[in-house]
Amino acid sequence: MSETTTAPQGTTTNGREPAAVATPRAPLRWEYSPAPESTDHVRLRERYGLFIDGEFVEPAGGAYAPTINPATEEPLAEVAQAGADDVARAVAAARAAQPAWAALPGLERGKYIFRIARLIQERARELAIVETLDGGKPIKESRDVDIPLAAAHFFYYAGWADKLAYALPGDGVVTPRGVVGQVIPWNFPLLMAAWKLAPALATGNTAVLKPADTTPLTALLLAEILQEAELPAGVVNILPGDGSAGAALVRAEGIDKVAFTGSTAVGRDIQTALAGKDIGLTLELGGKSANIVFEDAALDQAVEGIVQGIFFNQGHVCCAGSRLLVQESVAEQMIERLWTRMQALRIGDPLDKNTDVGAINSAAQLARIGELVGAGVAEGAGLRQVSCALPDRGYWFAPALFTEASPAHRISREEIFGPVLAVTTFRTHAEAIEKANNSPYGLAAGIWTDKGSKAFEVAAQLQAGVVWQNTYNHFDPTAAFGGFKESGFGREGGAAGLRPYVRQGA
Amino acid sequence: MSPTRTLPHVDRVGIQERVDALAKRSIKGEAKREGLLLAISMLDLTTLEGADTPGKVRQLAAKAVTPSPAYPEVPSCAAVCVYPTMVRAACDAVAGSGVHVASVATGFPAGQTPLATRLEEVRLAVADGADEIDMVISRDAYLSGDDARVADEIEQIKDACGDAHLKVILETVELGSYDHIRHASMLAMDAGADFIKTSTGKAAEGATPGVILVMLEAIRDYAQRTGRIVGMKPAGGVSTSKAALGVLVLVKETLGDAWLTPDLLRIGASSVLNDLLAQYIKTETGRYGRAEDFSRE
Repeated sequence: MSETTTAPQGTTTNGREPAAVATPRAPLRWEYSPAPESTDHVRLRERYGLFIDGEFVEPAGGAYAPTINPATEEPLAEVAQAGADDVARAVAAARAAQPAWAALPGLERGKYIFRIARLIQERARELAIVETLDGGKPIKESRDVDIPLAAAHFFYYAGWADKLAYALPGDGVVTPRGVVGQVIPWNFPLLMAAWKLAPALATGNTAVLKPADTTPLTALLLAEILQEAELPAGVVNILPGDGSAGAALVRAEGIDKVAFTGSTAVGRDIQTALAGKDIGLTLELGGKSANIVFEDAALDQAVEGIVQGIFFNQGHVCCAGSRLLVQESVAEQMIERLWTRMQALRIGDPLDKNTDVGAINSAAQLARIGELVGAGVAEGAGLRQVSCALPDRGYWFAPALFTEASPAHRISREEIFGPVLAVTTFRTHAEAIEKANNSPYGLAAGIWTDKGSKAFEVAAQLQAGVVWQNTYNHFDPTAAFGGFKESGFGREGGAAGLRPYVRQGA
Repeated sequence: MSPTRTLPHVDRVGIQERVDALAKRSIKGEAKREGLLLAISMLDLTTLEGADTPGKVRQLAAKAVTPSPAYPEVPSCAAVCVYPTMVRAACDAVAGSGVHVASVATGFPAGQTPLATRLEEVRLAVADGADEIDMVISRDAYLSGDDARVADEIEQIKDACGDAHLKVILETVELGSYDHIRHASMLAMDAGADFIKTSTGKAAEGATPGVILVMLEAIRDYAQRTGRIVGMKPAGGVSTSKAALGVLVLVKETLGDAWLTPDLLRIGASSVLNDLLAQYIKTETGRYGRAEDFSRE
């Protein structure tokens, strides 16, 4: 638009012949200079072992694997790969530590958790940089979202530790589950560790945590923090490794509860493995969340919310607003506004403070995104992808949207977990609700309208664990998060997030 | 009875989130150097005091023409902005330099004078040589719901301007909400404004980033709807280099680089110029100058 229109010139002079006229300014492109966050003060070790019983130890099988920077494909460190023997050792350490940990007064447990939160804050800059190096997300997100929220979760649950009787039903006696096995994904590595560990520790459980194989580093820095906080040995054990380590952990003898965040396929496998056992389970799985824009919405702010909903963290967000349902009367202009806005996204070096969209987390994820986008094109949806220069190395996918994505298309039903939005239209409230709920998933939804009564009416009928009104992808430790249907069960965050970690009615 | 007004929807929380995000853009190195010079070239260097005299205006105008004699690459400001009685002095002082002379006609800043006298004031200012007129809208008409009168007055004043460019001041802090700011922006553009301008600088609050963003979005939509390109002038409150660079970021990311020219973007201010110069000299020499290194007018 701006390129094709001629500007009116403010060149009328003030009634006198100019003796010397200022040189006309050539058309200008004012580009931001590169503003990379300095990595000078980050000291990664060459190798990281497993964190068991308060110490970094060698894996029994001796296996190490490199973890790489997905923006450059350069290795960052060698990381131990846990096997079944290591899992058994870690579970035993957690088991041994559990009675004493649970016996501590809640106030004392809370002090440890507060200490962890403060140490995360102290090392926030380093953690943010490592999160960005290891995972590819923009530094502005790891700096402003991931790390502060991770600290906030520990602060929040530290506060609950001595008030559990008020948060939970029953007679005031709080019985922890015991030893919990926790498997977390690669999209918010430290934040997911905080979501898992903070409520477990507050309620008197001990934990064995397995970070994702592509993003183990901040969990291992967290292990250093736990040492610095002088958390009793064995209370938290951290086992980097691939999917086989996670599978071994959830099946390990002596586990009392499993918490998993990740794909629906793996979640099913875990639930099958635990069937018939007295083992607690919470699953936080995939999503295909609907962002519903009504014609009376504040359209420009809705555009920002759509962008935040799908391009935040390259769309590697389980609750990403990956389906845009827009009322037909405003669909055309919404898509044009969105498309215009997408041109302003800055894609590239995740360490640059001005980067909006970083690198795709792994080659495997990039291939998965490519496959589903290919399916969308083959099925006849209209693909629009931002045309921009991408770095030569690393894993990149320019932000894209599909117009006329039919509800039957794979891109409308399957989780892409990338910066790809499927747009479809609706005509009435009823149709919006029906389309939003017409999904195997039910994690989150967004409602955009200036009319409060409509927002509440629609929200009440959505099958989604989280419904945002006139915003999207906002997280807070005080708010419960979790899914309907194949998005999983159990809640994390808020007082509700304590419940899966205690024996109810015990 | 005027027809019922239909307001556009602007979400205050969403606006604040967007401006907070854009405030975190890191402007360093060459981008900062270029940005500082660009901001200087967009300044409407302003003096609007009861105590203004031709002498004071001449000094200000000299600074607008040559902000920094020691650094000849520093461009002239876009304009000097003065009361109508000072237009002649300002024109003499900037003659031949390419610097424009803007005048706040129309009963500035309240606008509470009869339309006939406001129109006459505009004609006189233009006759004296002003080539840009900064008018205020009738907030009494706007707040009582009379959009038609607001628009009609702008049209008449636009006629009275002749060839002079018209900047329409909304005095946003008096309109009450972002919805109204956006509505008034559209009203002003539909009535023929060449620029829309946030504030007089005489009210409690001036050009906040949120207000600027709402008006830029209105300009973008108006251009899409009509094809006509309208300029933007934040005024009042842009008193630091950081704030001025922040304006450039808002414009770049909302309207695009095409608006980054003094023909389409002005910043109404006075004290900010010395701060921009101080920051520029810091980028060139690595040192901040002393206060007495910068002329005061």
